[in-house]
Amino acid sequence: MIELRNIHKSFNGVCVLNGITLTVEKGETFVIIGSSGTGKTVTIRHIAGLVEPDSGEVLIDSVRMNGADRATRETLRKKMGVVFQSGALINWMTVVDNIRLPLVENRIFDPEEIERVVDEKLRLMQLSDARDKMPSDISGGMKKRASLARVLVRNPEIILYDEPTSGLDPVMSNRINELILKMKRDFNVTSVVVTHDMESAFRVADRIAVLYNGKIIQCDEPDAIRNSDHPVVQQFIRGDLVGPIEIQ
Amino acid sequence: MKMIKNILSQTGRSIIDLVNFSGYTILVFASSVYYMKHAFRSRREIARQMFNAGVRTFAVISIVAMFTGMILALQGGVELAEFHMQDSIGNLVIATLSREMAPFTAAIILIAAVGSAMAAEVGTMKVSEEIDALEIMSISPIRFLVMPRVVALTLVMPIATIYTNVLGCIGGAIVARSHLNISYDVFYMHVLDSLHFKSVYVGLLKSVVFGMAISSICCAQGLRAENGALGVGKATRDSVVKSFLVILITGYFITEFFFRHGL
Repeated sequence: MIELRNIHKSFNGVCVLNGITLTVEKGETFVIIGSSGTGKTVTIRHIAGLVEPDSGEVLIDSVRMNGADRATRETLRKKMGVVFQSGALINWMTVVDNIRLPLVENRIFDPEEIERVVDEKLRLMQLSDARDKMPSDISGGMKKRASLARVLVRNPEIILYDEPTSGLDPVMSNRINELILKMKRDFNVTSVVVTHDMESAFRVADRIAVLYNGKIIQCDEPDAIRNSDHPVVQQFIRGDLVGPIEIQ
Repeated sequence: MKMIKNILSQTGRSIIDLVNFSGYTILVFASSVYYMKHAFRSRREIARQMFNAGVRTFAVISIVAMFTGMILALQGGVELAEFHMQDSIGNLVIATLSREMAPFTAAIILIAAVGSAMAAEVGTMKVSEEIDALEIMSISPIRFLVMPRVVALTLVMPIATIYTNVLGCIGGAIVARSHLNISYDVFYMHVLDSLHFKSVYVGLLKSVVFGMAISSICCAQGLRAENGALGVGKATRDSVVKSFLVILITGYFITEFFFRHGL
């Protein structure tokens, strides 16, 4: 379970998160939506322990992530994986070397077992043909799938997705959505997805939180969000030009 | 009054930034030394970095070393000829090269060709979230990225320095023969005469210190890059400037420490 309690965070005096509180249950797919620059990515970076909050608590399975010592942080991070917006593949390693990397570097499994696990994930992500290609030679969708494969080899309980469908065509976006659903269905993974792709959000979410001006203004099931009478939520999901959302 | 206040606050901020970055670089270097216990595991990456630092800069080092020796022989020879001492040009060339010029020249080339590339590579990885991805995978960026670069440059620098010494002497000998009518035998006899053990080991010690300093500074700059391509450009530029200043100042103090009381 992931808990964020009253998280405040500012960068250079600009308040990005202004008291975020949320709970993500085990096995749940929790989607955070909101305009660009509202702090969605900063929120998942807090969960991953990549950013320290100015105040508040980040708890993973009731263990505090922020302010934790290196050993505790490493233990918590072993439970999670992050699919970054750009894929964040190591650019001088092939796809297969990238997927193999966490197992080799952390000495998880023996070499034969590593190859078996890596092959299995390559097949699962339909990347077998691209195994020896460099990240610069594959498409954005393949990068995201390779990034997900690299996350999956460690069997994480939690996966954080940062804009998993941004910059992808509709077919590839659907493929990524299916993979997110498959993670939940087949591996009971807890997922936190940050996106402003509404179609994707409604498709994969068990619950959706709407972030606006550093605060969660509504958190509910997809149907409730769709039928929300909150003007900001309605403007955001419909993409209206006129409404209360200030374009910065 | 306001202008003075601004200048003072700007100066203060620069000093704080400098102290902050120096501390960070020392921490990066100390962590790299700690992770050197994993050097065998990272041997492929160390070899790749050594190849980048050594083999890929081979041509430019050769040209610069040769011309450095030639310039030394030409400038020194003209002055020594005034006193009819041009036979001693070999002494001057090797003393200057082995104590100061060879490690310095090699360091300048490696800063420009390798250090800047290290800062750009690590900086690009930082802004494209690859460093964050490593941290999430419980892979220390220092162990995975910095340590192999520090080891590689520390090993390559003394080799590049010896190579610069040798090529510089060859360049010096060619100019001594063609412009000063000094035979190769006489030139090399004087070279060997002035090739003191202390000069050689202090020169090599300098090169090792320079290798550690350049790689640590450039990687630390890369790890601190932010704000996309602009930030990577700034990190690269700062890494070159800071490395250059550090090797110049460190070089002086090593010379001062070892040669204060002569050879």
